[in-house]
Amino acid sequence: MTRPDIVVPPAGSDDEPGQTAPTSSSARVVMGSGDVSRALRRVAHEILERNKGAHGLVVLGIPTRGVALARRLVQVMAEVEGVTVPVGALDITMHRDDLRRQPVRAIEHTDIPAPGIDDRTVVLVDDVLFSGRTVRAALDSLADLGRPRAVRLAVLVDRGHRDLPIRADHVGKNLPTSSSERVQVLLSEHDGVDEVRISGGNR
Amino acid sequence: MRHLLSMEDLETDEILTLLTTAESMHDVQRREVKKLPTLRGRTIVNLFFEDSTRTRSSFEIAGKWLSADVINISGKGSSTSKGESLRDTVLTVAAMGVDGLVIRHHASGAARQVSQWVDASIVNAGDGMHEHPTQALLDAYTMRRALGDLAGRHVAIVGDLTHSRVLRSNLICLARLGARVTVVAPPTLMPSGIGTWAAAEGFETSYDLDAVLPSADAVMMLRVQRERMSGGFFPTPREYTVGYGLTRDRLRLLQDHTVICHPGPMNRGLEIAADAADAARSLILDQVSAGVAVRMSVLYHLLAGGSAEPAARAGAQRTGATTVHEGVS
Repeated sequence: MTRPDIVVPPAGSDDEPGQTAPTSSSARVVMGSGDVSRALRRVAHEILERNKGAHGLVVLGIPTRGVALARRLVQVMAEVEGVTVPVGALDITMHRDDLRRQPVRAIEHTDIPAPGIDDRTVVLVDDVLFSGRTVRAALDSLADLGRPRAVRLAVLVDRGHRDLPIRADHVGKNLPTSSSERVQVLLSEHDGVDEVRISGGNR
Repeated sequence: MRHLLSMEDLETDEILTLLTTAESMHDVQRREVKKLPTLRGRTIVNLFFEDSTRTRSSFEIAGKWLSADVINISGKGSSTSKGESLRDTVLTVAAMGVDGLVIRHHASGAARQVSQWVDASIVNAGDGMHEHPTQALLDAYTMRRALGDLAGRHVAIVGDLTHSRVLRSNLICLARLGARVTVVAPPTLMPSGIGTWAAAEGFETSYDLDAVLPSADAVMMLRVQRERMSGGFFPTPREYTVGYGLTRDRLRLLQDHTVICHPGPMNRGLEIAADAADAARSLILDQVSAGVAVRMSVLYHLLAGGSAEPAARAGAQRTGATTVHEGVS
C-alpha cells in the first residue's frame, strides 16, 4: 500500500464542541502506519474467518473515519478472497442520544450498497470504540433500513470505558486509556498519515 | 439557526448546509421505515391562517417523519374566527409548550412579529406578499438536482410578480447561489419599484417572454393569484395566456436541458399549458417531494440541537481535521 508522505498540521478542530483541546505536543503515538495496516489486515481476515468466506457480507463504515476503514477492509478482502464485498456508509447523526446537548450537527451521507442489508451479515466499522453510544445509534439506524441476518462490529481501537453493554467482535488494538485521555485516529484518506495518538489525561 | 423567517437571514453556506441535509432526508423517503427518531418529544404546531395543501401537509409529514408531534391549527374554524387576535392565538398555542411554530399568515411580516412574542422556533411558511423561504429552498434544491450547481445558470421567473412572496424569496436565494435571474411579467404585474430592486439585487426584467425563454436553463412559472387581485391587471385570461403563458408553442423555444418549475397550485390553461405541466422536463412533482425533504432539513436544523447553543453554526464541525473521541464515540 503506497501512502503519500504528507506532513499534517496538528489537529486543530474539535469534533465535540465545548471540550478544551490539549496541546498536540503532549500527544503520543501508539500506532504507526505499519501497525494500522497490519491490524486492518488481521481484522479483515478475522471477519472472513468468522463468516466462513465473503458470502452475504455487507461492510458499513460509520462516518467519517469508519467509512475509510471499511473501504480498506473490503480492499483486503478482495485481495484475499477475490470477491468484491459491498461497502457503504451509515450515518448515525439522526439517531444520536445527545442531539439536544449540542449544537445542530451536519448530517453525513448514508450509502447502503445495492443488495441492501436484508438477510445479510452487516459488519459495522468505526475507528474508536469508547462509550458504545455510537454503536447503539448505528444499531437503531440499521433497524430502520431493514433486517440483517447478523450485525458484527469491527473497530480499529477499543479504548474501554463503555457506557452500554456493547462489545466489538473484531478489534485492531485494545488500548487501555484513562477516561480523561483523548484518542485520535488519523488516516491517510483524511489526514495524510496513518496514526493513532493519545493525548491529554492526568498523568 | 433559531428561526427561519426570511431568506435574507441565510448566508450562502447556511443555504448549502440546509440543501445538503435535505439530500440525506430525501434518501430517508426511499427507505422501508421512513421515520427517524430525531425530534422525538418535540411538538410542532402548524398555524395556518391561509389556505394551503402542499405546504401544510408537507410540513406535517416532515415533522412526523422526524418523530415530532405535529398539530394543525387553521385560521378558519379556530378562535380566530371568533375575533381572537393573532397575538392571543399565538400566545395561547405557545403556552401549551410548543417547540416549533410553522406559521402562514396573510399579513407581511407576521412571522417575524410572532417570533418576538414567543420562545418557540418560528418557521415562516408564507407571510402575505413578503416571503416564503422554504419554497425558495425547495425550488433551489429541485433545480440543483436537475441542473447541478446553479452558479451562472439562467433562471426565468414568469408571471404574477406583484403578489408573489415566492418571487421575493427565490430572488434572494438564487442570488446567493450565483444564478442569473430574469423576471418576466406584463407591466401591470411588475411590482412598483422593480427597477431599483433589480439594480440592487442584480437581476434583469423583461416584458417579452419569447425573448427570454431560449437562453433559460430553468423556467419558473408563478401562479396568477386571482384571490389577491382586485381586477384590472389584464383584460382577459386568454390575453394573459397569449402573452405570458407557457404554452405548447413556447415549449419549442426551450433548450433541450431546460426544466420547468411551478410552485403550485397551477391554473392549468392560464399560466401553464397541460403540455408544459406534464412534460418530461417538468419538475413540478419533484418540487413537491423535495418540499418534504427540505422541510425536514429546516425542522432538523431549527429543533434538533440543544437550546443553549453557543452561536455555533451547523456544518462548522465538518471542517474538523480529526475525529476526537470524547463523550460520545
